[in-house]
Amino acid sequence: MNKKLRSNLITYGIVILAFIVCQVAISGSIDGFKMTRSLKGQLIPICVYIVMAVSLNLTVGISGELSLGHAGFMSVGAFSGIIMSSWLVSAFQMENELVRLLLAMIAGGVFAGIAGVLIGIPVLRLRGDYLAIVTLAFGEIIRNVLNTLYFSVDGKALHIGFNNPNLTGKIVYNGPAGAVGVDKIATFEMGFVLILFTLFVVLNLINSRSGRAIMAIRDSRIAAESVGLNVTKYKMMAFVTSAVLAGMAGALYGLNYSTVTAAKFKFDTSILVLVFVVLGGIGNIRGSIIAAALLTLLPELLRSFSTYRMLVYAIVLILVMLATNSPMMKSVLSSITGKIKALLSGRKAKSGKAGDAA
Amino acid sequence: MTQPKKRLLDTKMVPVPSQSIVPERDVDKRPVLETRHLGIEFGGLKAVEDFNIAVGPTEICGLIGPNGAGKTTVFNLLTKVYQPTTGTVLINGKDTSGMNTEQANRMGIARTFQNIRLFSNMTVEDNVRIGLHNQIRYGMFSGILRLPQFWQGEKKQHEKALDLLSIFGMQDMANVKAGSLPYGAQRRLEIVRALATNPSLLLLDEPAAGMNPHETEELMQNIIKIRDQFQIAVMLIEHDMNLVMGICEGICVLNYGRIIAKGTPDEIQSNPVVIEAYLGSQHKEVE
Ligand SMILES: Nc1ncnc2c1ncn2[C@@H]1O[C@H](COP(=O)(O)OP(=O)(O)O)[C@@H](O)[C@H]1O
Ligand SMILES: [Mg+2]
Repeated sequence: MNKKLRSNLITYGIVILAFIVCQVAISGSIDGFKMTRSLKGQLIPICVYIVMAVSLNLTVGISGELSLGHAGFMSVGAFSGIIMSSWLVSAFQMENELVRLLLAMIAGGVFAGIAGVLIGIPVLRLRGDYLAIVTLAFGEIIRNVLNTLYFSVDGKALHIGFNNPNLTGKIVYNGPAGAVGVDKIATFEMGFVLILFTLFVVLNLINSRSGRAIMAIRDSRIAAESVGLNVTKYKMMAFVTSAVLAGMAGALYGLNYSTVTAAKFKFDTSILVLVFVVLGGIGNIRGSIIAAALLTLLPELLRSFSTYRMLVYAIVLILVMLATNSPMMKSVLSSITGKIKALLSGRKAKSGKAGDAA
Repeated sequence: MTQPKKRLLDTKMVPVPSQSIVPERDVDKRPVLETRHLGIEFGGLKAVEDFNIAVGPTEICGLIGPNGAGKTTVFNLLTKVYQPTTGTVLINGKDTSGMNTEQANRMGIARTFQNIRLFSNMTVEDNVRIGLHNQIRYGMFSGILRLPQFWQGEKKQHEKALDLLSIFGMQDMANVKAGSLPYGAQRRLEIVRALATNPSLLLLDEPAAGMNPHETEELMQNIIKIRDQFQIAVMLIEHDMNLVMGICEGICVLNYGRIIAKGTPDEIQSNPVVIEAYLGSQHKEVE
């Protein structure tokens, strides 16, 4: 089998396996293997951060552009998703939560994508690392703009107030107080589907004509131009796709809480997602998934021995970084897995011919 | 293919001082490349000045000169990496003023680099496929959704890429990472990648640099083979005089950014100005 295809299938496999394990743990059908309440509360955020990390990796790792405002797209997605969801109820009395969630995520993706286009058009045609500074500014500006906006839904109408909270109808977004009275319609299942969707988009893009163009531009812009690649087009493609996925993740995130303020999407959040990408290995999609999941979970798991929590967190950070990025650790790990494999096959050989198919 | 093979020895050179290096070749056809008073300054330094040449559709011509003469800068001007301070470049008769590198490539000009610039993290085959980017196309959504266009396009790219790699017998290396190839193979891969863009003019910047005499000999045969098979013009910068004198039909000598001589290999070798400026020292080494 093709090496790339196998690697992609393993990535899908890990995600699906983790989902099944989680479902079993939620149901509690195996004795002593039951998910705690606080852990259950982390499931949707984990899905969201995985999608955030994978999508940011498309910009940072695959396209080679530094983006410091990924949380900005997340917030655009979160609030357009929340408003969409409320508007669907007020305009069409739509009660079906699944359809609302889906439409909210699409709205989140579309509006975040538009924001991506608006940033990308002026910035990505320039040579040099301007994207980092502009996305950084975008993340901060969008947060401040959101503090001055008010939205209300009134039947089919959607009212927008700028520094003006006196709107008719039901207020859904209340300036600095953020989105209030949000229907918590996000589900873990949808988070899982969104991860699969993200993987499908990103992995298929990478392994296609367009994805090769994106990576070629990353490797050598001059050579890419010399063979007739439209550099701006492919940088835009990666950046906007990344923004759309972050917007969808944002919508899922926003619809998981009854109150969401713009402060949740600070610079720290952008950096956190960037840390996932760097720790998981730049350009390594599977690494992003694992890093995002582990590092979102870790503070929760470490709650029981709170004194050493930050210490252990730091140590794990360093270990993850070493494991995913250093060639030495990689070879150590592969030799360990090789030994385990040899051990397993040895045992299989002893226990009969059952291992032939593997 | 049954096209008449152009043998080097058949090419009659007529020493007519004009823009064209080899005036009688393809005289009925328009030149693929023509430059008019091309020049560029870098902060007062005139790196290239009043550069006028014309290259016929199936001509192999050489651009030589001492280090720092401005040869690579000429390539960068032709491929629009630099915009000229004066003059213009015509490709297939069309003015390229205001175009960028990407557009110049689509007009039919492809190149290799003096300092190899491969997509080194990608495989050999993928490097060639990127060269085929504008030749075998399908859209982003066909790619993501794996529509029939994707499968057809990928199949065509794969076949064409292997076909092109076979020019240099590199099919077996298709899945090797480009960055881990030996030096000579990297240079050859750059040529294949450039050829994949279906150019009418191929620019080679020191293609034999770092190659051993055997590889250089093979390269010479291959450059002629490429010209004959694809019916394209080749312009090359090279310090290896055996290569230049062996395969170039016309030679243009550059010194301090100015053309000091143009003509056939014989004329260049016996031109006192050239010997003075450049060949003198090289000649002693060769003999
Ligand atoms: N981008 C640039 N900026 C300033 N000077 C340049 C630039 N590119 C080339 N030059 C100068 O132009 C001259 C010709 O360089 P080049 O074309 O590389 O020579 P060569 O004939 O060896 O290929 C050199 O003096 C070089 O320093
Ligand atoms: Mg040079």
